[in-house]
Amino acid sequence: MAEVAFIIVAAITLASAFFVVFSPKLMYSGVALFFTLFGVAGLYVFLYADFLAATQIMVYVGGIMVLILFGIMLTNKIASTDLRQTNRGRFMAGLGAFILFLFMAYIALTAQWHTGSPQLLDATVAKLGLLILYQYLLPFEVASILLLAALIGAALLSRKK
Amino acid sequence: MDNLQSYLIISTILFSLGLFGVMTRRNGVAVLMGIELILNAASLNFVAFNRFGGMRELDGQVFGIFIIVLAAAEAAVALAIIINLFKNHETVNIDSADQMKG
Repeated sequence: MAEVAFIIVAAITLASAFFVVFSPKLMYSGVALFFTLFGVAGLYVFLYADFLAATQIMVYVGGIMVLILFGIMLTNKIASTDLRQTNRGRFMAGLGAFILFLFMAYIALTAQWHTGSPQLLDATVAKLGLLILYQYLLPFEVASILLLAALIGAALLSRKK
Repeated sequence: MDNLQSYLIISTILFSLGLFGVMTRRNGVAVLMGIELILNAASLNFVAFNRFGGMRELDGQVFGIFIIVLAAAEAAVALAIIINLFKNHETVNIDSADQMKG
């Protein structure tokens, strides 16, 4: 049963990711990205990362997705709907991306990864909180400064002259 | 299906698709979507290795949280730049932003 659910979630993720990249209409790409991000959140649930799945849905689906949809709608001209969406190098880019995919898939399937018994966890929030506030305190504070800088920078870039 | 390799294959496909989108799309927002796919693939790898790599702590999930934070900051700044490009050049085709090309 869990296997069927995993295959369904993985298929939704990958199919909508294909649609994001290959759809000629930008708005359809944006909606497909919505399903891709939901699918990745579902994969986090299969990996027992419950807090990360909730964060993915809240930040990506609730925040970044809305930003991207606003970006599509604000920069859309009616005359530009039938323009080509890809540039001239798409055959070479596709070949390069496909060769890189084959190379990485070969490594992923044949390498002797250092694996142990899978973690079985009930709740990750308490452990994650302790890790962030003890071992990863400095990156946490640096991330807060980064977010402040991004906030100020985005407001400065998008204000009226 | 509950092993490391299936997650690695999924994230490899996501990464390759995102890379193809970043290289071929002309619209700046679509390039940003490709970058989001790449970041999601990297985060999925961190979490998968954290579960199956024989680790006792949750360091990989902390990295996933930091990747989400970075993606949020990057998306905000990138969209501000793209909207400014649209205001100044009436286009979001990033190939046409070549004023500094020698």
